[in-house]
Amino acid sequence: MPRKVASKGLELTGYRRPNGAVGVRNHVLILPVDDLSNAAAEGVARLINGTTALPHPYGRLQFGADLELTFRTLSGHGANANVYGVVVIGIEPKWTERVASAIAKTGKPVETFSIERHGDLNVINAASRVAYRLVQDASELKREPIQVSELVLSIKCGESDPTLGLAGNKAQGRAVDRLVDMGASVIFGETSELTGGEHLIANRCATPALKRRFMRIYNDYIRMIEAQGVDLLGSQPTEGNIRGGLSTIEEKALGNIQKTGTRPVNAVLDYAEPVRPGQGLVFMNSSSAGAEQVTLCAAGGSVLHFFTTGQGNIVGHPIIPVIKVSPNPITCTTMGEHIDVKLPDLLVGEINLDQAADRILEVFARTVNGRLTAAELLRHNEFVITKLYPSA
Amino acid sequence: MAYRALAHKSTDDVAIAVADLKAGEELTIHCLEGGKFHKVKLLEDIPLGHKIALRDLPEGHVVIEYGEKVGRMTQPVKKGGYVHVHNIRTLRWDYGKGKGKSKPKGAGDAQESGF
Repeated sequence: MPRKVASKGLELTGYRRPNGAVGVRNHVLILPVDDLSNAAAEGVARLINGTTALPHPYGRLQFGADLELTFRTLSGHGANANVYGVVVIGIEPKWTERVASAIAKTGKPVETFSIERHGDLNVINAASRVAYRLVQDASELKREPIQVSELVLSIKCGESDPTLGLAGNKAQGRAVDRLVDMGASVIFGETSELTGGEHLIANRCATPALKRRFMRIYNDYIRMIEAQGVDLLGSQPTEGNIRGGLSTIEEKALGNIQKTGTRPVNAVLDYAEPVRPGQGLVFMNSSSAGAEQVTLCAAGGSVLHFFTTGQGNIVGHPIIPVIKVSPNPITCTTMGEHIDVKLPDLLVGEINLDQAADRILEVFARTVNGRLTAAELLRHNEFVITKLYPSA
Repeated sequence: MAYRALAHKSTDDVAIAVADLKAGEELTIHCLEGGKFHKVKLLEDIPLGHKIALRDLPEGHVVIEYGEKVGRMTQPVKKGGYVHVHNIRTLRWDYGKGKGKSKPKGAGDAQESGF
């Protein structure tokens, strides 16, 4: 039998930001506001060791809620507590300043550059000099003791199969309950993947108003699908899910929901809205696609993500560590380099759910304290902005 | 003893193989949440992660897993048989058992279950 690991009194260290937010990594971001600025941002990142660029295909001619979401996603990443400081680069100054000013509210260092009337090469020169200083300053920041109650975390499952509903997500749910009881905020989402189990989440909403808000978000999504004259059956469950043994969207949802544990849903948020520590379990409207959902959680303030997988989703993120948990013995054997917490022994009953949750929390504590995840080691830096509708 | 298959609840219609299983195997299937166990002889090979019928399931039967409705049988299956996309279908967007393109039922169900 494996060693019992205490889940209380986890000894954690992290980085405290000027606004009091606590991160577990210490990145310097080079943030392009638009697709045109990717080249300059990546140019800076290639020159200056220790910087992370977040290239993406959007930021031009968006409007309304879709534009707001892109802004919220970009500034949310800059504001994320895993980030020490940010260099924002855009094609023109106005939107560049708009993204930067939202980040500057956190009190962390932010500097902006725009390309028109300067050109890529001048911008790369000037921005690199700023990035150089930010990385050197960041490198001298010390980790300090932190509490679980200061953290915003997030969860998702992907390439799911019934081994998750049976074992992996049940263990993750137990870990989530313990983290929430210790005071952490934990974000979950995957609006479409709640189909067939949405009543279970609705009934866990802490107030009638939250329940109404949750059902409005869920029903709006279903109406949006049906307004296209289609359904989700070609993509939910996915071909990977079906290969793993999931037969219907309801079965997938019921397995999915296991990982949310049993605590009340204390907040219901739209895409990438900010989450504070101490909110407990939080629903965030989101896609069920791995990289989109992790990106939305990071924009909302998550500093660490738990990702349970059956068939072997390999997603990561540029600024938040993604801990992969799998109970599937085939996945743990054939693609073990992607899995941080291996639980095939739970699936066959050699350990129980509490012991499995202990194992997840032990890897959580080590990851918070700086241990690199599989996704970090393998350069899985998926950053995917959710797009609501076509640009102008 | 390592499990070969597990059910969520003893009242569920299906259990999950936790290893690749062969036709003819005689299993004692326990439930994660306790309760009575099931004795099942497998009629077919069932791969890891896939579902085993714990009782005879007639065509049209609404299948219970996790104590909840997960779909409808489109073909009958005997106890010990293999339940998957060839014989179970979602209750959402259930276009009259897959025949016409009538109005989807999913949205209505979703709204009713909420309020």
